[in-house]
Amino acid sequence: MRPAGKGPLESLYFDYPRFAARRVGELDGVATQHPVLIVGAGPIGMTAALVLARYGIRSVLIDRKDTFNDGSRAICIARPSMHILERVGAVAPFVEKALGWRFGRSYYRGEQIFRLEMPQPPGEKYLPMYNLQQQYIEKFLHDAVAASALIDMRWQSELSAIEPHNDGVSVRISSPEGDYRLDADYVLAADGARSPVRSMLGLRLKGDNYEGRYVIADIRMDHDFPTERRAFFEPSGNPGGTVLIHKQPENIWRVDYQLREGESEQEALQEENIRARVTAILADIGHTKPWELEWWSVYSANTLCLDDYRHGRVFFIGDAAHIVPIFGVRGLNNGLADAENIGWKLALVLHGEADERLLDSYSPERRGATLDVFANATKSTRFMTPPTRGWRLAREAALSLSLRHEFPRGLANPRQMQPYTYSESRLTPYPGRDAEFAGGPACGSAAPNAKLADGSYLLDRAGNGMTAILFCEGQPSAEQATLLAQLGRIDKRFTSLVVGSQPSAPDTTTIADHDGEIARLFAAAPGTLYLLRPDLHIAGRWKAVVPDEILKTAKICLGSETP
Amino acid sequence: MSAMPFEDFETAYETLAMAIDQAGPERETLLLTRLALVLGHELGDIVAFKKSIETALEGLE
Repeated sequence: MRPAGKGPLESLYFDYPRFAARRVGELDGVATQHPVLIVGAGPIGMTAALVLARYGIRSVLIDRKDTFNDGSRAICIARPSMHILERVGAVAPFVEKALGWRFGRSYYRGEQIFRLEMPQPPGEKYLPMYNLQQQYIEKFLHDAVAASALIDMRWQSELSAIEPHNDGVSVRISSPEGDYRLDADYVLAADGARSPVRSMLGLRLKGDNYEGRYVIADIRMDHDFPTERRAFFEPSGNPGGTVLIHKQPENIWRVDYQLREGESEQEALQEENIRARVTAILADIGHTKPWELEWWSVYSANTLCLDDYRHGRVFFIGDAAHIVPIFGVRGLNNGLADAENIGWKLALVLHGEADERLLDSYSPERRGATLDVFANATKSTRFMTPPTRGWRLAREAALSLSLRHEFPRGLANPRQMQPYTYSESRLTPYPGRDAEFAGGPACGSAAPNAKLADGSYLLDRAGNGMTAILFCEGQPSAEQATLLAQLGRIDKRFTSLVVGSQPSAPDTTTIADHDGEIARLFAAAPGTLYLLRPDLHIAGRWKAVVPDEILKTAKICLGSETP
Repeated sequence: MSAMPFEDFETAYETLAMAIDQAGPERETLLLTRLALVLGHELGDIVAFKKSIETALEGLE
């Protein structure tokens, strides 16, 4: 909701562009079989289109609106998402505009009880978290979409019917220019929490609703505090409820506050009540100067998802597949990981470089990630909005003890988003090889990054197919060289990175690791090989190469062999 | 006294919250008092038990 007297898109800081409907070929009888139709041009749909475009795959992207989503939406972009944005060539404006951060504070009755510090390993290129309004996230993605010759963006185009077939999907699209039929090999449903595609296919989200309600308000104020997550339990400005405060660019601040039990939602959402409560909360943090109200809404936590993210040739991504609680910032970030996961798999299948059965791995991998999010988010949601007297009492006991004692403080940890580990995926066939390593990233996890001598980063050199990282003294052995050549024959996009502990001949393809920092990060010895998937998750690792297993893993990741 | 690993402590927190709900508002005080006596008995150390009571009383409002 916006304050009285403001138009629906009259923002304090963002100018909403208006996009016209275009006259498209289908309206003039040009019948085209499109490889991919993406329904919904929010951040997830646009990212999916950009991932496909990275692989040279064309897509049609439709959205029923004529502009970006408005209101107080996602604001936190996690490090793994920055890597996804980098790989689709869109990260630069994010780095420039977003506010990076890694610290947070939790307070109980005005006293600090917990200091959140997210790790920042020295080899990482991006900070753990960046704050940026979803309006800018969509704008920057749209700039990249508009610059791509492979993405056919159609605004004011609403899906009115969908008919899945064995070999494709037919849809009806309504636009101000007319109604038409469109045929695609595959459909990605990125049409949000109320997904019309989901309803039209008769599918339902299942899971739990939580009772605690939060008001989400965006305000503009001149307030001097670093970009950190601040959580206030039992603050005097909002007795009986929790408050969260996040900084965003343009002097915009996100203030989330929990409504008291039994408080009328309708009354709480009245503009004068929003203003009174926010004023009291701001007084608590020492801000008594004027501030302006941008937008507000009410929120309650849900853990809901589809039983299967795939319905024949239709794949659900983002909120259309799952709705997660806001605490822990996983909605946008998991949606972006969905888009990348289905994107590379679908692209390789459409190019004929991977077997269609690779697509079977999308739902187990990403639904597994959602269930993991639910487990973590349920814990943080129970702490942020204790559902019953037992949980409220236990929280009050833990928080009050936290004032003088260290031991309960970890309970106030917001458990911010971590990338999911695909250790149980069929694309991770040899997780038992982890036992050979004393540390380093496990099978299925996202590869860590390392800074190289020339200032670039290890993962900058990964390809868009499979990537092997081989640790050697000097040159690869004959057996290792043969293996790398075989991997190149299985995957034409294959990239090999040789990390050498010894200065080798003037061989520019070897990455120098003179101080052994990269080997330590990967717990590698000479002869160790890591095989990365296109999304830079670790498909497998071997302390010393086992050619049969490595070749089989690469084939499984391209769908050409079953585990 | 040995400190619990955080994961175990968190499980203790969750088990306690659910036990309070299970007891219900009429019986929660009795449950918590019984729990304190059981833990004191298990602890087997009167000095540590008295110190725990003091810790729990501190800053109680």
